[in-house]
Amino acid sequence: MELHQLTIDTARSAVQSRQVTALALAESHYARIAKEDARIGAYLTLCKERALEQADRMDRMAAEGKTLPPLGGVPVAVKDVMSTRGVRTTAASKILQHYIPPYDCTAVARMEAAGAVILGKTNCDEFAMGSSNENSGFHPVHNPRDLTRVPGGSSGGSAAAVAADMAVMALGSDTGGSIRQPASFCGVVGLMPTYGRVSRYGLIAFASSLDHIGPLTKTVKDAAIVLGTIAGRDPMDSTSADLPVPDYQAALEQPVRGMKVGVAKEYFGEGLDDEVRQSVESAIDKLRSLGCEITPVSLPHTSYAIPTYYIIATAEASANLARYDGVRYTSRASGVKSLSEMYRRTRDEGFGAEVKRRIMLGTYALSAGYYEAYYLKAQKVRTLLTRDFEEAFRKVDAIVTPTSPTAAFRLGDKSNDPLAMYLADIYTVTADLVGIPGISIPCGETKTKLPIGLQILGKHFDESTMLRLAHAYEQAA
Amino acid sequence: MKVTEKDVVHVADLANLELSSEERSGMVRNLNSILEYIDRLNELDTSNVEPMAQVSTRYDSGEREQGSSRIAHATREDILEGLRKSLPQDTALENAPDSDGTFFRVPKVIER
Repeated sequence: MELHQLTIDTARSAVQSRQVTALALAESHYARIAKEDARIGAYLTLCKERALEQADRMDRMAAEGKTLPPLGGVPVAVKDVMSTRGVRTTAASKILQHYIPPYDCTAVARMEAAGAVILGKTNCDEFAMGSSNENSGFHPVHNPRDLTRVPGGSSGGSAAAVAADMAVMALGSDTGGSIRQPASFCGVVGLMPTYGRVSRYGLIAFASSLDHIGPLTKTVKDAAIVLGTIAGRDPMDSTSADLPVPDYQAALEQPVRGMKVGVAKEYFGEGLDDEVRQSVESAIDKLRSLGCEITPVSLPHTSYAIPTYYIIATAEASANLARYDGVRYTSRASGVKSLSEMYRRTRDEGFGAEVKRRIMLGTYALSAGYYEAYYLKAQKVRTLLTRDFEEAFRKVDAIVTPTSPTAAFRLGDKSNDPLAMYLADIYTVTADLVGIPGISIPCGETKTKLPIGLQILGKHFDESTMLRLAHAYEQAA
Repeated sequence: MKVTEKDVVHVADLANLELSSEERSGMVRNLNSILEYIDRLNELDTSNVEPMAQVSTRYDSGEREQGSSRIAHATREDILEGLRKSLPQDTALENAPDSDGTFFRVPKVIER
């Protein structure tokens, strides 16, 4: 069996039918990682012992003729911002380079309970802050489709691992586009659920009102399977929604004829690359030919999303990252004489440039005299952005946009211009601020063979409709 | 220029960062360029708009409720080990850079 042909279902049923063992499946992925990852850089830590134990458990179940759980024996990767008990978890930051969590993230625990074999932890931008993976405190990730280009970020290692067949799927996190944008750059599927659909317990916090965990997969069906596995109320996260989790796989089979699909002109303006525009427009034509009713909608505050995001996200980050002070999390600057010197030197040495920049911006926005002008203002604009979508979703069932204004850019292209980097998230940040779900699916390539992503946005807690449309497009394309 | 080097020093102090002199001058440049972009928020009149701190989980709570008033407040009984057992002391201290086995140990706090 070729690794690139493996999806969750094919991998699981091969293990179930004893056509291959979960152990062999894990080993062949480790062999692939050993061969490919030196030039890609997708993984930060491998947890082979834990993986092989789980694989063995699945093999014994299959040998006893028991039905495997939905991810039984499937080799997966986890972004290194999710805590894994006994396995180093760094958030790609030097400040956590030796940190070994004493507990598992809920999403990770649910994946393992569903039979997934966790191969290792994937690289990302430090504390998930970035759009290119160049902010990793360890090493950048290279796009498997073109090694001179970035894989996107911040879940760049997760996207690259799936794109290069070094995992069947990977978990990522999305605060401003960090699942969807790298999925689009690497040519895979990336799903961000509704805020509150998936527990954030054990996710290393960046911006708590914006952070989401979700899957990067090869197919829309795989995204549906994983979402069904990790979704649902968790008492350990008081913001996780106490709502029933629908059968997402069943939703895929529902027809899309007559579905009302919104297109907002604000997502096709200045800065959108021509090839991306053409691909997304052809995708919209395809949806029309499938019987969807394409309807113009207006999201008038779209251009205010990036400034709003960079106030709210940095303000929350400045508070969340205060805990890395040299007391509890392994790193402490040496030779310090006072408590305050210990705080400062530990943080100065441990944080990278972008993390310091965001802590500074967030602290500034929350500081006396600026709170109302910046933080409160941004919170009010967040309400306006939410109203835009509430209004649009009165008319349509889903909205389609490009995922990113361009295909993958070159390493180094934007790394010296923070503002240019922030604008790479221009089509993704709004969904995080509003809390609605979004998915990026491949919708073609540029002339130079770089993947292009189509983004579908859904109503709050209506991932089913979004997945149904994504699946219909994927099958037709 | 909205942000001066003096502001950067003050904010770094609030954030428990020190920053080298190169980092400081880079920060002055970066923060000014980002804040200039952020200033476009002032084009919007938000005098009658409620702030939104959190995405609500009560989307069916009625159209009239906007912004933060839509937050569903989660509460639970305050009971010992209500959600899960607390970490044992030795586990909680495993990642400590310095401890005496019972407490986290830090440099002297009060100087005389």
